[in-house]
Amino acid sequence: MGIKVVKTGNEAFAEGMRQINPDVVAAYPITPQTEIVQIFSQFVADGRVKTEFIQVESEHSAMSACIGASCAGARAMTGTSSQGLAYMWEMLYIASGLRLPIIMAVVNRALSSPINIHCDHSDTFGARDSGWIQIYSENVQETYDNLIQGVRIAEHPEVRLPCMIMTDGFILSHCLETMEMLTDEEVREFVGEPPERGNLIKAVVENKPITIGALDLQDYYFEHKRQQAEGMKNALKVIPEVGKEFGDKFGRYYGMVENYKLDDADIGVVVIGSTAGTAKEAVDKLRSRGIKAGLLKIRVFRPLPVVDIKESLKNLKVVGVMDRVEGMNAFCGPLYSEICACLYELEKRPILTNFVYGLGGRDVKVEDIELIFNELLRVLEKGVKEYTLKYIGVRE
Amino acid sequence: MPSLKELVKRESRFVSGHRLCGGCGAGIVMRLVLLAIDKPVIASCATGCVEVATTIFPYSAWKIPWVHSAFENSASTISGVEAAYRVFKREGKIDKEIVFVAFGGDGGTHDIGLQALSGAAERNHNVLYVCYNNQAYMNTGIQRSGATPKYAHTTTSPVGKVIPGKIQWQKNLVEIMVAHGIPYAATSIPGRWNDLVSKVEKAVKIEGFKYIEVLSPCRLGWPHEPELTLEISRLAVETCIWPLYEVVEGKYRLTYKPKEKKPVIEWFKLQGRFRHLLLPENAHLLEEIQKEVDRRWEELLKKCES
Repeated sequence: MGIKVVKTGNEAFAEGMRQINPDVVAAYPITPQTEIVQIFSQFVADGRVKTEFIQVESEHSAMSACIGASCAGARAMTGTSSQGLAYMWEMLYIASGLRLPIIMAVVNRALSSPINIHCDHSDTFGARDSGWIQIYSENVQETYDNLIQGVRIAEHPEVRLPCMIMTDGFILSHCLETMEMLTDEEVREFVGEPPERGNLIKAVVENKPITIGALDLQDYYFEHKRQQAEGMKNALKVIPEVGKEFGDKFGRYYGMVENYKLDDADIGVVVIGSTAGTAKEAVDKLRSRGIKAGLLKIRVFRPLPVVDIKESLKNLKVVGVMDRVEGMNAFCGPLYSEICACLYELEKRPILTNFVYGLGGRDVKVEDIELIFNELLRVLEKGVKEYTLKYIGVRE
Repeated sequence: MPSLKELVKRESRFVSGHRLCGGCGAGIVMRLVLLAIDKPVIASCATGCVEVATTIFPYSAWKIPWVHSAFENSASTISGVEAAYRVFKREGKIDKEIVFVAFGGDGGTHDIGLQALSGAAERNHNVLYVCYNNQAYMNTGIQRSGATPKYAHTTTSPVGKVIPGKIQWQKNLVEIMVAHGIPYAATSIPGRWNDLVSKVEKAVKIEGFKYIEVLSPCRLGWPHEPELTLEISRLAVETCIWPLYEVVEGKYRLTYKPKEKKPVIEWFKLQGRFRHLLLPENAHLLEEIQKEVDRRWEELLKKCES
């Protein structure tokens, strides 16, 4: 079994990568992801991994090289943050369109401008339609566990899609936490050898040439996109399966979402990432005052776990959706829109309000979440909401 | 080097059925490059004329494993493929020797792909990069690139009442690649098959990053009569506009010296994009180009002599 260690989110990512022992890693440094690249470089320099590490000249080339490697049949990984992810944008769609199970560790950081190095989710939320599976982490343990599960999910023959694993910049990436690390053998056994798929090297070995990345016009493009969408749909089934297998083996179970004290709750918040930990604290405080509060943590945002979200929230009266990103649509945050869409078909829906918080690393304290719950309580009393969106912790 | 007879007996790995224009230089370049290599090849290709015309799903003109991902990243895509091969080789998963080739047009190489190219060269991947330089963005309809020659007419550097075509000089990417310290860099043309074949043959035997830039006449963009493709490429050499040379470990060598250097107008007069240069009022522009071509030729000769 695993051993208790103290690691930062970045260290957990790097250790996980070492244990997965990918064929190719192509990466470029960017704050706050840099440490992952540094630590992994040392693993390569010390011969602790078999990996070919390509020290690319940009994130665009990082993803391009991962695509090349994956097309050659390699298990390929990278990591980035913020501007680096933005710079990869074009290639994200190509990785998913070519159905390449590339794994990317993303340390969430706000997008410029203004330039900022701290956490919010504007980087990966912008990539929500890129065809990548997106798994978010609440703490360092989950960061590590999600990375290992990500390999199995991405490579599953019915999924075959790239997968990004998120951790919150600085809040998790640079903070030490006690966590349980699996042994190298446990990880290697769990991820196993990648299932075989057609690739360039295999084409040489078998002397059967293949063309990857052909021009797809009006007569085929739509069918290929439809197949890709099916892969994402299949991920809805595969992710909890992998989460259960992981739990059976190592004792930590994972689903698409996590319900915290929601069963009898009247009010609740929907949250992603490290803020879930803070918000659980707030829920406990409210519960101690006899208020039926709860929390829904979205672990997997792509594919969107519609059924789980509906099931979790259907009996609530008032729900506050917390977006760590500003949607810039003069209406609401992106998570709020999606939660609304999930609940629309329910006959009896909770009243939904939206809270945008923590942009550019603005600290979120237990009191801030309590403030949100107080807002929800007011709506509960009045039976009607006065606004759709409220900003938390901003000076205005 | 194989004789032409031997070469045509080899199985062509770039085959008919593609939809490149009649008289396109690039198709000839692709075929010759692959004929020159007698080992398994994996190629990447940048978005552009060659990519769109040769891989219209579900067809492909490539009888090799081939990958296209985007416009600016042929060099970084092949970097990943080559890295995967290295790890598989080390692990004993494959023992075959494979030659890695990246193709790109001048847009995908000189301009938008320069960063990826530079990175791959600096990392010295064991790759041959072949740029088919048709001197403009031909696939999108003849827009000027960093490789478009001075005063050429393109749709974004049109000849107008006050501006006589593209007003900047083209960049010399071969020199930029030489400055990377790569083990092999060369120029070539489709019109001298033996020059191109021998350079490719030589390049793939060298470990590390190799760069060959092939001038690739474009009958639609230059434009010229389709039957003149090879001749026009040879005229570029005879006028010293496109000298044939190679740089091995930093050492320059002229691979062909014209017996009699022809005036640049001989090359210009076969192409519509330079038509305005033949007008009497533009004689000074022609003279300016002739002078610069002469200067660059002398400079190259000095490098080759030293």
